[in-house]
Amino acid sequence: MSLLEIKNLHVEIEDEGKKILNGLTLTIEKGQVAAIMGPNGSGKSTLAYVLAGRPGYAVTEGDILLDGESILDMAPNERAAKGVFLAFQYPVEVPGVATMTFLRTALNAQRKLRGEGEISTPEFLKLVRAEAGDLGINQDMLRRGVNVGFSGGEKKRAEILQMAILQPRIAVLDETDSGLDIDALRIVSEGVNRLRSPERSMIVITHYQRLLNYIVPDVVHVLAKGRVVRTGGKELALELEAKGYAQYTDEAA
Amino acid sequence: MPAVPETVDRVRQIDVDQYKYGFVTDIESEKAPKGLNEDTVRFISAKKNEPQWMLDWRLEAFRRWQTMREPTWARVHYPKIDYQDAYYYAAPKAFKAPKSLADVDPELLRTYEKLGIPLKEQEILAGVRKQGEPSQLDGDMMEGMRSSGRVAVDAVFDSVSVATTFKEELKRAGVIFMPISEAIQEHPELIKKYLGSVVPTSDNFFATLNSAVFSDGSFVYVPKGVRCPMELSTYFRINEQNTGQFERTLIIADAGAYVSYLEGCTAPMRDENQLHAAVVELVALDDAEIKYSTVQNWYPGDADGKGGIFNFVTKRGDCRGKNSKISWTQVETGSAITWKYPSCILRGDNSRGEFYSIAISNGYQQVDSGTKMIHLGKNTVSRIISKGISAGKSQNTYRGLVTAHRRATGARNFTNCDSLLIGDKCGAHTVPYMEAKNSSAVFEHEASTSKISEDMLFYCQSRGMSAEEATALVVNGFVKDVLQQLPMEFAVEAQKLISISLEGSVG
Ligand SMILES: Nc1ncnc2c1ncn2[C@@H]1O[C@H](COP(=O)(O)OP(=O)(O)OP(=O)(O)O)[C@@H](O)[C@H]1O
Ligand SMILES: [Mg+2]
Repeated sequence: MSLLEIKNLHVEIEDEGKKILNGLTLTIEKGQVAAIMGPNGSGKSTLAYVLAGRPGYAVTEGDILLDGESILDMAPNERAAKGVFLAFQYPVEVPGVATMTFLRTALNAQRKLRGEGEISTPEFLKLVRAEAGDLGINQDMLRRGVNVGFSGGEKKRAEILQMAILQPRIAVLDETDSGLDIDALRIVSEGVNRLRSPERSMIVITHYQRLLNYIVPDVVHVLAKGRVVRTGGKELALELEAKGYAQYTDEAA
Repeated sequence: MPAVPETVDRVRQIDVDQYKYGFVTDIESEKAPKGLNEDTVRFISAKKNEPQWMLDWRLEAFRRWQTMREPTWARVHYPKIDYQDAYYYAAPKAFKAPKSLADVDPELLRTYEKLGIPLKEQEILAGVRKQGEPSQLDGDMMEGMRSSGRVAVDAVFDSVSVATTFKEELKRAGVIFMPISEAIQEHPELIKKYLGSVVPTSDNFFATLNSAVFSDGSFVYVPKGVRCPMELSTYFRINEQNTGQFERTLIIADAGAYVSYLEGCTAPMRDENQLHAAVVELVALDDAEIKYSTVQNWYPGDADGKGGIFNFVTKRGDCRGKNSKISWTQVETGSAITWKYPSCILRGDNSRGEFYSIAISNGYQQVDSGTKMIHLGKNTVSRIISKGISAGKSQNTYRGLVTAHRRATGARNFTNCDSLLIGDKCGAHTVPYMEAKNSSAVFEHEASTSKISEDMLFYCQSRGMSAEEATALVVNGFVKDVLQQLPMEFAVEAQKLISISLEGSVG
């Protein structure tokens, strides 16, 4: 069984009735890293949000199955507990709540939903210190409010730290590479690669072939006008870089 | 921080509008006859065996009160209070001031145990040590919080003080900590000198009423140069039906003294409204410091707005000496109506006043709270940090007054007032008044009102938190600056309370 199956998904903005996804079909195998590329406004972030369960979107047709089970009726936190993780394109600031507190609250909330006990303090500290160290995140950042006063690149690194702590089964990285300098891009990619495993799948949304030199995808999907218009190997990214999206936006029309 | 998951457990355990402290203690009590007249005042005074001067003081207040009118300027609405339809004194029957804890009625001890207020000294020691043990993680949230060693407790049940702990140890340090009814007997010179010297009997309708009928409360005197060896605490409990509670607290820090004082309160759930009109007076002499913290959790009424405590309280501190400091920290979560403005008179040169407040309203609660900083002395400094959180159908008003007198050269104030709205049926209001009669005064005011953002909640939820856990976390972040001002044990308690108060506010 595939880990994630998105079947003929149609999604509208709830209040406006504006249609964003038009029969999107996509399958992610266990352990697979899939890149999603596509023009601005093609629905990449919308897909990511709908997977994570953000309110405000109406699924009018189709289904999303995780391990063969529909997740459409699950609350965002239930999806998280089942292993869905979204690294946000624009991470949100939570003033006054230290990253450390946030992470521990999130981890324990997930564990509780899964019927596991709380993580012990020493175990948690060890986990965070190790991962933060590898990602070049210092203690001061961990004590500050979540994402408050973080630079664009620091926010992206903090998202990967959260992923490393929460150990999801399917991680969606929405433009995690945008805003990163050359060194940070390498650090973040290494962080992501460390988390690759036969048990964990990833959807990497990006505009730049460059990221895919670091995080080498098993498969590349092109999204245009709310559906997958082409699927290929990692060389597809190079082709897109050379030719742009013109042919797909026309095809999809 | 560890309190958050715990909080959520607690929130899950209770149903909406189930107030944890709402039980009634079954204990026979003796009451004054219903209603209020000179005889009621005489009855209370006689019950307390008071000297003539005290009775005269009360009677004068009572006569004054009869000429006064209930204030209407606050943004709160409530049915007319019938002052004749209430009892003004209730005490557990056969009550004699206990000589030691061994003499306290076991039923009362059990009540306080249920409330989580341990009166047995050894339990306090054990309990506090356990709570105060700093977790390594506390560092992130609790940074800057002080962990106190031990807490001495004075427990007030309806109209009388039922137990005071650690009396002996305090006595050795020279600190007087006792029910005010006892202080009137044992330290009349201090009472005569200070009672009513900060909040005069004529001050306002509710304070004047309190002056006439107050039944008990706490008295603290910290002598010159003494740093009080432990936190002092009073725990107020209304048990009787139809009974008002009018306690009176007087705290004096003599030159160079320091004291930190905590106040907590709860009441049973009852359908009718009950009146609570307390007066707290603080006096700080030269170089003295008083830190006064309150966690107010009176019964707020049910989900339909029925019942709950009417809380009309006058709290004022007088920085009477030079370089003195008074700091008020309050966490207000309970009461149907809150009318409360802990204030500072900055009389001494270089004196400093602080007000840190978290006021939470949910359901049909109405809060009108804030502070007054009256700058009289030179180079006086005040600081106001107020965090209002409104949920449900509640109304939450911050009302502040900052004034600088003509001779208050170099007076400075900083005010920061933030409001957070949860849902769209509640209201937040900010009413700041500022008045400088000295041109060198510098007043700074910052204010913000925000709605708890959907994006923030979704972000937390996508990481595994439920809507309630996410709200609790966001709110705890919002009030962090004020929570840090509380002693550690209180901060943890307050944090739990905040989450419980917001129960049912997110759909
Ligand atoms: N809440 C909303 N209300 C109205 N329109 C929306 C909303 N959210 C998304 N859209 C629209 O849906 C379309 C897809 O947006 P989405 O953010 O998914 O694109 P994207 O592929 O992630 O683009 P980018 O590459 O720029 O990040 C856009 O036209 C966008 O304006
Ligand atoms: Mg996007």
